[in-house]
Amino acid sequence: MARRRDLDTVSFYATVSVLTGLGLVLLIAPTLVVLIVSFTSGSSLRFPPPGFSLKWYAALGDAWQIKAAAWNSVEVALWTTVLSVLLGVSASLAIARSRSATAHVLDSLFMSPLVLPALAFGLSALMFFSLIGWAVSPLTLVLGHTVVCVPYVVRTTVGALTQLDAALLEGSASLGAGRWYTFRRVTLPLIRPGILAGGFIAFMSSFDNIPVSLFLRGADSELLPIRMWQDLDNRLDVTIAAVSGVWIAFTAALMIAMERFASLSRRLR
Amino acid sequence: MRDVVAYQLRLAAPLFIFFAVFFVAPLLLLVWVSLHTDATMTALGAAQYVRFLSDAFSLSVLGSTLWLGVEVTLLCLVLGFPIAWVYVRSPGGWQTVLILIVLLPLLTSVVVRTFAWIVILGRQGIVNTTLISLGLIDVPLKLLYTEGGLVVALAQVQMPLMVLPLITALQRLDPSLGNASNSLGAGHWRTFFRVTLPLTAPGIVAGCLLTYSAAITAFITQTLVGGGQRVFLPLYLYQQALSLSNFQFAAAIAIIFLIAVLAIVAAFHALGRLTRGYAQA
Repeated sequence: MARRRDLDTVSFYATVSVLTGLGLVLLIAPTLVVLIVSFTSGSSLRFPPPGFSLKWYAALGDAWQIKAAAWNSVEVALWTTVLSVLLGVSASLAIARSRSATAHVLDSLFMSPLVLPALAFGLSALMFFSLIGWAVSPLTLVLGHTVVCVPYVVRTTVGALTQLDAALLEGSASLGAGRWYTFRRVTLPLIRPGILAGGFIAFMSSFDNIPVSLFLRGADSELLPIRMWQDLDNRLDVTIAAVSGVWIAFTAALMIAMERFASLSRRLR
Repeated sequence: MRDVVAYQLRLAAPLFIFFAVFFVAPLLLLVWVSLHTDATMTALGAAQYVRFLSDAFSLSVLGSTLWLGVEVTLLCLVLGFPIAWVYVRSPGGWQTVLILIVLLPLLTSVVVRTFAWIVILGRQGIVNTTLISLGLIDVPLKLLYTEGGLVVALAQVQMPLMVLPLITALQRLDPSLGNASNSLGAGHWRTFFRVTLPLTAPGIVAGCLLTYSAAITAFITQTLVGGGQRVFLPLYLYQQALSLSNFQFAAAIAIIFLIAVLAIVAAFHALGRLTRGYAQA
């Protein structure tokens, strides 16, 4: 009996440890490999690198095409975030604590871009804009991105609103504060971390978007992820590793800041 | 008393109008375009759908896309469940570290993550150089542009979508249930399969839904790690639309793709309701 118990415990914990270990390696390895390769002194993506240097990061200084593409991407992502937050927060206030069937349907509608294939939406948006006579431009890009990014803002803001303690707002109202004053001084400060987290995810996913951008970008506006995707398809060059290194560093820094100020991980579930 | 936190529904109007114009209208247009038999859009008919459903190649693309999703989802579940299980049993400091490890890929660019897999799986990549230096193989293995490589890469890209709902489900699980099962003589395995797994089924269903739909629509990873030889629905749609300008057929592919995804979402939701009933019983 005791022997069987031991075998049970040992085999269970061994399996859990091995699978967890494998899973964690799978999660970490790619990021780590890119970072290490980006410091190579060689000129190929060989791993492990023959030596280390900063030359590929230095080369980024002259890569004006990549810098221009990155800047375009930042601009589109910023406008997308502003539009997503304005539309998303307003809609969240309406649907978060309502039990009506309409609110439920609206919630499903606003969330649906998350599961539908973005490429199918990109194609349909291209057809739509050409039907109404709008040439593809940064504007169509921002509109398309907003459709696929707004669900993140709605999700985190609705999450923050449902966790809100109604007693605080009732207190504010019973002390004579008007609706708008209560919103500004009580509700908004309390749901701000949720809005912040949603805006951050919307920004990152717009910046990284390819499926929608492929259809809606103008010929003159190059975007960073598309540029990298095409480079990866044609020629593999270490500059991409350096760009990736910068990108990872920015993401990690923003993520840690967001975890600190908006408890990001709690809001993603 | 009225809930003072409830706001009027009309605050949702701006986003509703925005979605009606820029999301619903384009999708309806997509259906309309797909129902035309010719490029000049004069004749209505289901010819594009007939063409897809009677073409062996198109059907094999649909089949392999749906199967790819199954493979990726299973791998994510097998590796993701233990991570979530360890997470809820770790002390606070480790939880922060673990959650950041899980979240990092979610927020790292898809292009960057996919690029990493090219470096890892390539002829001079880490897997091949390790195997050669260990003397296990003489010639580099072909790992990139294979289905196995693609499944592993997609599993990494989608893993957070599986782990996060699982953590939520495991945190809701009353730990005394597991202890009771243990003290009544059930071993760890028995407790896991008879208590933990059934009671976290709603979380598993939620995680599988997110992972599955993300895996079959992951255009970038599919094209770069899978290579051009393996065609899945997203690439097929893209080729027909932008390379061949065959918009009617591309629209039909998109609609079939949408219907497939919606059917899967509906199936998972039904499963979710079933398991929720089970978990609460």
